[in-house]
Amino acid sequence: MIEFRSVSKQFPDGTLAVDDFSLTLPSHQTTVLVGSSGSGKTTLLRMINRMVDPSSGTIEIDGADIAALEPVQLRRSIGYVMQNSGLLPHRTVIDNVATVPLLRGVPRRKARTEALSLLDTVGLDRSLAARYPNQLSGGQQQRVGVARGLAVNPNILLMDEPFGAVDPIVRAELQQELIRLQSELGKTVVFVTHDIEEAFLLGDQVVILRDGGRIAQVGSPSDILAKPADDFVASFVGADRGKRALHVERRGGSDILVDTDGRLAGVLVAPSAADATPDHRAPR
Amino acid sequence: MNLFADALNWILDPANYVGPGGIPVRLVEHLGFTVVAVSLAALIAVPFGFLIGHTGRGRGLAVATSGGLRAIPTLGLLTLVALWVGIGLGAPYVALTILAIPPILAGAYTGFEAIDRTVIDSARSVGMSEAQIMRTVEVPLGLPLLIAGIRSATLQVVATATLAAYVADFGLGRFLFAGLKTRDYAEMLGGSILVILLAVLLEGIFTGVQRLVVPKGVAAARPSVDRGRSARPASGMDPAITKGTH
Amino acid sequence: MTWIWSNLDLLWDRTLDHLVLSVPPLLLSFLFAVPLGWVANRYRISRGVILTASGLLYAIPSLPLFFVIPAVVGTSLRSPLNLIIALTLYGVALMVRVVADGLASVDKDVRQSAVAVGYSGWSIFWQVELPLAAPVLLAGLRVVAVSTVSLATVGAVIGAQSLGSLFTDGFQRGIQAEIIAGIVLTVVLALLLDGALVLLGRILLPWTRLASTSRRALRAARVTEVSE
Repeated sequence: MIEFRSVSKQFPDGTLAVDDFSLTLPSHQTTVLVGSSGSGKTTLLRMINRMVDPSSGTIEIDGADIAALEPVQLRRSIGYVMQNSGLLPHRTVIDNVATVPLLRGVPRRKARTEALSLLDTVGLDRSLAARYPNQLSGGQQQRVGVARGLAVNPNILLMDEPFGAVDPIVRAELQQELIRLQSELGKTVVFVTHDIEEAFLLGDQVVILRDGGRIAQVGSPSDILAKPADDFVASFVGADRGKRALHVERRGGSDILVDTDGRLAGVLVAPSAADATPDHRAPR
Repeated sequence: MNLFADALNWILDPANYVGPGGIPVRLVEHLGFTVVAVSLAALIAVPFGFLIGHTGRGRGLAVATSGGLRAIPTLGLLTLVALWVGIGLGAPYVALTILAIPPILAGAYTGFEAIDRTVIDSARSVGMSEAQIMRTVEVPLGLPLLIAGIRSATLQVVATATLAAYVADFGLGRFLFAGLKTRDYAEMLGGSILVILLAVLLEGIFTGVQRLVVPKGVAAARPSVDRGRSARPASGMDPAITKGTH
Repeated sequence: MTWIWSNLDLLWDRTLDHLVLSVPPLLLSFLFAVPLGWVANRYRISRGVILTASGLLYAIPSLPLFFVIPAVVGTSLRSPLNLIIALTLYGVALMVRVVADGLASVDKDVRQSAVAVGYSGWSIFWQVELPLAAPVLLAGLRVVAVSTVSLATVGAVIGAQSLGSLFTDGFQRGIQAEIIAGIVLTVVLALLLDGALVLLGRILLPWTRLASTSRRALRAARVTEVSE
């Protein structure tokens, strides 16, 4: 469990990135911080592994104040995946994945064997192990990034817009992969994104942020969709534009779903067919 | 072309290969001097350069100092130091070590600065200590530019060491000044050709080394080396590294 | 100090000599480098050849070059022409790469949109590419100016008169003030030429004044090239 208690962060240039933020992130669940740029979501994420230290307030992991922990050691115990994968360009895929275990003193041979099996876990072919990051596609690089994040078998996995830089098809693929992984591993995942669809897809708990890290609403995706706390949230999730309020129209022999603007949103199909669509969220 | 034939004859004349003033001795002096001066400069400049590159502090000062040093004419510095410490190797060592520092310093810190910030950020986020970031990320990735800086410094020292024969009895430059004194153009030209060959050879060696030290994964990304607009800081574009004083 | 006051005429004469040696190479190297750089940027093969050649040329130490040039072109060792040729060669060696890089740095989209709105071949070069590369060229010229002024002093050891003569003369006669005066004048002259180029840039390239970040952008561009 990660707990923010009245956390604020003012940067040296005077910007108040986070203002009195309090939140509990339950263990073994995915919490998604979603907001536009300037909402302080990345700052919040980076406070968890002390890449950023709060100006005031405390953050606890399982009851222990992280301010008392040594930053380097703390970071080695937490998985971190970032947007541009951040892989070391001069190290092979396998060495990138094994970086942190090696830092923690795991013998080289063992670290490599484990890294290889992590490639399987994230759905990468082992033949890519000896390649350099620049020889991989963007999607493959992100998978390596995830494997690296998992390498120390951390309880906590921090993900900073990990799928932000890949094309929509690959992104959908990676999202499904993450859902599968999470159903197997059950990590405490903290995920940052500006994409509300992604937040609803991945999050058990979704936190919608306004400027300065102020919470607009916290809840499950369905809570938020059903009962947006205010106009800001409604606009953020698209409910105000009628994007989320669909009705059925009969056209050309099919049931078509249409939003309030008259834009086509999809077709109505039988529940069994819906189960088979890849978009369906695996129960956890 | 007669002049070149004479120079060639001078270079090939066995008589010029014996004794303390022979070509081999002068060549060893020249090279030895260069190695020592560049090593001394590197010993001073590399740690500072790494520190500046890693912390981002002191950069303004380094640039200003390098800029100031660059505008100072080598010959002026050489003769001035020679007046202070007397004729001999002391003055050239002091002057050339000083002149070799700015390009190496710049190579060291620009090498670090050229690294993608997200790579360093992610190295820190996965739990590398600052020393580990420096050792395993910044030094290997910054090495090509550091070597470029050392190359600039080396070529400059080779060139200026020739000039240093004006104030000290050593190196290939002696042939130039001796020839000048006795109006022996074959000797001047022959000596000049030797220095040029030495410089071009070193340039070639450094070009090779610079390619070798580009980390494999970084080289793999480059679509083509020759269109890659070269890993070395384009001459002129980085005045801090490329220095015009020969 | 007394030496300086009683030799102001000498200092002035040497400064003029120095200008005669260093200004022509600056202009000539620009004139030669632009077409060469254009060719280098235009074709892949010529780029390799020209840039390798200029790199090697730049690696040649100046003093030996002063001795080689008379043997090639038949000038006398002490003539200013000999030095002007050598300094021009260095200037060209430096500037060619700068011109090629400057032209290459012109945004492809800008070039293509110029073609699209109907610029023809030469007018693209004169009205789009050259002006856009101009800040880079100016930066290169400033480096050439400072290095040429500094290099010109070397000619003194073979007897070509310049501010460098103050070094050789001061060294032989043991007059420290003369050497220091020479160093100061050389630095001042370099700074003046540099300043003149900056001023020229302000007048000819007014749009660069707005973008004070252009230098940083240039740096960044170069840095990404290197790190890619």
